[in-house]
Amino acid sequence: MPELAATVARAPAVPKISLRRRITDHVMTGLAIATVVLVLAPLIAVFGYLVYRGVGSINWAFLTQTPKPVGEVGGGMANAIVGSAFILGIASLIGVPFGVGAGIYLAEFGRNRLGSAIRFTADVLNGVPSIVIGIVGYAIVVLYQGHFSALAGGVALAIMMVPTISRTTEEMLLLVPQALREAAYGLGIPRWRTTLSVTLRTATSGVITGIMLAFARVAGETAPLIFTAFGNTGWSRYLRFALFGKDFAVPFVRYDQPTAALPLQIYTYALSPYDDWHRQAWAGALVLIVLIVAAVSAVRYVVRRGTFGAA
Amino acid sequence: MPGPQPVETKTVTSTQASQATLLLRASGGEVQDRLFSTAMTLCGLAVLGVLGLIVFELMLRSSLSWHAFGFKFFSGSDWDPVNEQFGALPFVYGTLVSSLLALIIAVPLSVGVAVFTTEMCPKALRGPLSFFVELLAAIPSVIYGLWAMFVLVPLLSQYVQPFLSKTLGWTGLFTGPSYGFGMLAAGIILAIMIVPIISSIAREVLMVVPQHQREGVLALGATRWEMIRVGVLRNARAGIMGAIILGLGRALGETMAVTMVIGNQPQIKASLFESGYSMASVLANEFSEATGDVHRSALIEIGLALFLVTIVVNAMARLLVWTVTRGQPARGHA
Repeated sequence: MPELAATVARAPAVPKISLRRRITDHVMTGLAIATVVLVLAPLIAVFGYLVYRGVGSINWAFLTQTPKPVGEVGGGMANAIVGSAFILGIASLIGVPFGVGAGIYLAEFGRNRLGSAIRFTADVLNGVPSIVIGIVGYAIVVLYQGHFSALAGGVALAIMMVPTISRTTEEMLLLVPQALREAAYGLGIPRWRTTLSVTLRTATSGVITGIMLAFARVAGETAPLIFTAFGNTGWSRYLRFALFGKDFAVPFVRYDQPTAALPLQIYTYALSPYDDWHRQAWAGALVLIVLIVAAVSAVRYVVRRGTFGAA
Repeated sequence: MPGPQPVETKTVTSTQASQATLLLRASGGEVQDRLFSTAMTLCGLAVLGVLGLIVFELMLRSSLSWHAFGFKFFSGSDWDPVNEQFGALPFVYGTLVSSLLALIIAVPLSVGVAVFTTEMCPKALRGPLSFFVELLAAIPSVIYGLWAMFVLVPLLSQYVQPFLSKTLGWTGLFTGPSYGFGMLAAGIILAIMIVPIISSIAREVLMVVPQHQREGVLALGATRWEMIRVGVLRNARAGIMGAIILGLGRALGETMAVTMVIGNQPQIKASLFESGYSMASVLANEFSEATGDVHRSALIEIGLALFLVTIVVNAMARLLVWTVTRGQPARGHA
């Protein structure tokens, strides 16, 4: 049936379209397909090579040990993995409340010129090079503390999270039907309570998705950490506690000390002349990607279950 | 969907009493409402504050270099931290050339992908295709750099560069030793990194071109390509321009991948095989080990210039994209 329709539709048109035009049409279609292939090729190449080199390079030592002195084979990136998580934790603690707050402002109170100005600023901030954000982190934290620190890295990453989170939060809140807000007002519920317990709660999963997007984006950032967190070849702190009459010391990191981060460590190792460090750079890259994906999926899973439970 | 929570659990017996509590509650809620809206406004203002803070800090901390060199800072090509002579021209040149090279490679590819996904692709393929292209955007910059160092650069030096210098060497753009590292490698890896952003925004722009434009052109007897050229691309020019400028903004500020492959030599050479240096790269390499206040201040001035350029570029792009997509009924036409 569709074949018949196509023949009927095309039959009178065929003699009118010249050969040259038909060839151009085919060539252009071919070119468009070629661009898709050319764009997907590096994606496959990057992922394929990353998995190939990464899987072969990961071992228990890599995940549990700290870097060995320059040139020595072995060691790992345990401190960088913990350091990255720590810095991202600081960034989220600062960036998420501000970002969600700004998003609430834009959606609920921002139908005015100030709102437009903030919206535009957030979009423009999104395009500021991350290395410039690093300078700001350096200027406002490192210079006051007097040395590089995890806190400075966290602040720099938080600054990068706010624009993304505020814009996605706004979009998600605007999707909540106005009737829900009105129903809440009709019950005599004050506006703040309506916004938090009705509007925001309805939009929770969307808001969390926005937060995770921002998180995934900054998790792989290297440039803003170079002169804020700086990196560290070991642990900056040990958590000491007594258990069953024995003393334990668990290695950890301090917020006010130079701290290793996974992307920084990958960068340093990639530029080194040692094969073993190159191997570890690939292992680190794979761990970084896996951790980002795991963090994002874990949070989304928990949130989805949470909202289903509430419904 | 969560229902509204009861404000109080206390039961009220008489209507009058309940009205009274409602009034009381309303007045109590007013104070809290004002507190809430103030807090949220402060969060919103923080976004403006961050921008102000960036401008203030960059200007404050670069003033030393600004007073020492003035406008000569951007025309001088002498970068000598030991003798405290700073001219940023090689970095500006490296940033511009690598970004332009990236655009030349990425624009046709991204527009092609956008056109294919919106106009030609079977519907079932559309979702996965956009997903894969956006995956490209999720890979951290440092991993692109790692891949470029160990895969792209050897490929360039062994196959691509000898071929280019044999066939196109006469242009002067492709001469010199084939080390792999250099402007060409930086341009290519940048192109790979900006394709997702250009193509996803171009796709959005193409989707808001009204369907009747396509139908009208087809009704005149156009082939599909003619329909795309006349009915779609011509209508979407401004928006595609915006997408390209956004890509340019991303390329100008990209740091890690470029630093890892551009060669990091502050020089201005016509050949794309030669090493270069970009504004973002010199910040990444020298800032934490700056030798003195003037050096650090000069680096921050480079940061300030980079910031101002990307702000202008991004603002322009946003305005272009906004004018195209604003006021359209819904995303997607089919």
